[in-house]
Amino acid sequence: MQVRLADRLTDLAIAAFLWAFRLSVVAIVVVGSFLTLTSGKYNVDTWTGLVITGLATGSVYALVALGYTMVYGILRMINFAHGEVFMVGGFAGYFAAVGLSSLGVLNAGPLASLLSILVMMVVAGAFSTLIALLVERVAYRPLRNAPRLIPLISAIGASFFLQYSVKGWAGPGVYAYPDVGVLNELVPIDFVRIQWKQVLVVTAALVMMAGLYVFVMRTKIGTAIRAVSEDKATAALMGIDVNRAIVTTFAVGAAMAGAAGVLFALMFRQINFFSGFEPGLKAFTAAVLGGIGNVPGAMLGGLFLGQVEAVGPTLFLDGLGVPGASGLAKAIAFTMLVLILVFRPSGLLGERISGQRA
Amino acid sequence: MKLRKLGAIAAIGAIAFAGCTTGPAGFTPPADELGVITVGPNDPVHLAYWGVLSGGDASLGQDSLYGAQVAVDDKGGKILDHNINLTSEDAQCTVDGGAAAGAKLAADNTIVALIGSACSDETVGGIKAISDAGLTTVSPSATRPALTAPDRAADYAGFTRTAHSDAFQGQAVAEFVFNELKLTKAATIHDGSAYAEALQQVFADEFTALGGEIVIQEQVGKDTTDMTPVLTRVAGAGPEVVYFPIFVQAGGYIAAQAKDVPGLANAALIGSDGMFTPDFVEAAGPAAEGMYLSSPNFSAFQAGYADFLPKYEAKAGSAPLSAFHAHSYDAFNIIYAAIEKVAVKGSDGTLYIGKKALRDAIYATKDLQGLTGVLSCSASGDCGAPLIALYQITAREVGGEWPPEAPVWPTE
Repeated sequence: MQVRLADRLTDLAIAAFLWAFRLSVVAIVVVGSFLTLTSGKYNVDTWTGLVITGLATGSVYALVALGYTMVYGILRMINFAHGEVFMVGGFAGYFAAVGLSSLGVLNAGPLASLLSILVMMVVAGAFSTLIALLVERVAYRPLRNAPRLIPLISAIGASFFLQYSVKGWAGPGVYAYPDVGVLNELVPIDFVRIQWKQVLVVTAALVMMAGLYVFVMRTKIGTAIRAVSEDKATAALMGIDVNRAIVTTFAVGAAMAGAAGVLFALMFRQINFFSGFEPGLKAFTAAVLGGIGNVPGAMLGGLFLGQVEAVGPTLFLDGLGVPGASGLAKAIAFTMLVLILVFRPSGLLGERISGQRA
Repeated sequence: MKLRKLGAIAAIGAIAFAGCTTGPAGFTPPADELGVITVGPNDPVHLAYWGVLSGGDASLGQDSLYGAQVAVDDKGGKILDHNINLTSEDAQCTVDGGAAAGAKLAADNTIVALIGSACSDETVGGIKAISDAGLTTVSPSATRPALTAPDRAADYAGFTRTAHSDAFQGQAVAEFVFNELKLTKAATIHDGSAYAEALQQVFADEFTALGGEIVIQEQVGKDTTDMTPVLTRVAGAGPEVVYFPIFVQAGGYIAAQAKDVPGLANAALIGSDGMFTPDFVEAAGPAAEGMYLSSPNFSAFQAGYADFLPKYEAKAGSAPLSAFHAHSYDAFNIIYAAIEKVAVKGSDGTLYIGKKALRDAIYATKDLQGLTGVLSCSASGDCGAPLIALYQITAREVGGEWPPEAPVWPTE
């Protein structure tokens, strides 16, 4: 009797704490936003500027997040080396960019620039795919039937291996993408201030995500991937080549990460051997936010995280008079993650790639 | 060269031995409350450099390592007939990296003295282990004011520096902005590091004291890439000048993105010595043109600097990578002079170096002729000559030339 009472009290205390946590976060968000918006310190242009920035960054997170979520969907493992696949794509794109720049085509008019960027993205995507397939072959496939923690550790090892291989080969310093002049110009429309590079990043990301959706939902190999992710053994019995489905999943995820590496570098210029870590972590967060294993969820999670990071510090904290609010962008982003997982443990759109799972 | 050495020895000769009880007489090894390092007759004297050697800020640490290596070469690679073995330890410009490097160096009982760290954060993380091991370090570039504050904690007993304190650097930048640029509304951005946080605060205090206004003090993460949100907030406060004394990577992102933020297109951008490197110009790109950077005043360096530069370039294969190579050269020479002063040589050539005696001798450095100025250490470890200048990045530097030719302030 007494034990039961103690248990119930503990449960109550935990529930009370969780509610207090939810309520305090909601209170901070509501009060902070209200105070910020009524202070009149920022005008509409500021907010649209922040939203556009968040959209561009969020699209890149979404592209990388897709790789995490697809691999999780099919193998139930977190491919921690995916951030490094993104980084090597950035490097491959860099060398393509330097080559194109020295040939004089990178800045030879808008069309030449656009085609050059396309070439850079293809080169980066191809190289990233190559690296990801090597990692899959060497570090994951031999462990496919091992307990779930084992490939996770192997993935962390692969991540460090790639980071420090690039460091050994390219050095620890910073590489800066050559400038593509036209990307820094403003789009000539009146009502909103937006740069061509932001248009490019968002458009490219949307096109790739749409392409992926069609690929997964409408093609034969996409159907095979979905079948394998539901039940590997049954899919194999139905005559589906499981290895081929898994390798394709890695390849598609890596190609998008590589292209995203180029988009990211076009926005922010610099890359170095460590520059895959942070975006990789954010993209993983985005995948969890959206519901890991869920393809539209990863897209939504990425865009959502981009917005929270860009708009959050100013919207929530400025009105409360918090000093150095931007330094708390990460704290806000991860508080949101905790909050969403508290309310919806399976993420925004739920944790599955398709249908019922055994 | 010879004159300088003679002067140094004469200066040292004027100072009484401290803590060394036995005197330089033959076979009795000296006693020392922090322990005695014994260097066998055929062993080298082991000195270690610690500072950032990897990541976006590698140039800061690498630059100082080259400076120390040139100093070793200038002594013929020898001290008291022993070879000098200068090793290096990467401390990554973080508190954690500093702690790891400090623990590793403290555990190595062959090390006689240290040059470093490069970043203030590294010292914050590593100095306790180093001081506790009885070692003394001379830092060429850790500039946080508190590191040599008279009331600093006992953990800092082993910390001295040839670098300036940012108490001077922050003041110089404030004076430049207020008196020379004649701007009155400033914003600051720091990255949470011990260096940047303190430096922007010194600037803010001095700038306010001069009559200026600090409209916003913001913070970014060291690994933040998208600076538009923070810059938008900064722009909302309406500054005429944005001071961000941080490091290469985040500083490069800020400089590259600032001009695209409405409201900051005409604001003056200022950084400090942590970004005084061609890597920063590479990272920021054409957007860096017109920006100001504060740094040690190279024009005020001593005549020996002109002889030093070709040797550095021969070693590094390039112009100086950062701003503190000469401070590192001087740091080595402080240690060199102190070892010469306190080491006791046995008849077989074995060197006995008392740790406390060595530490006291470093602190007792007085009127040592260095490249950066005439060096005298204070009781709390400040040995440098704090002369700050502001340089402007022009099309020449963006085009790949380095360093900037002459300071824009002070001019005379």
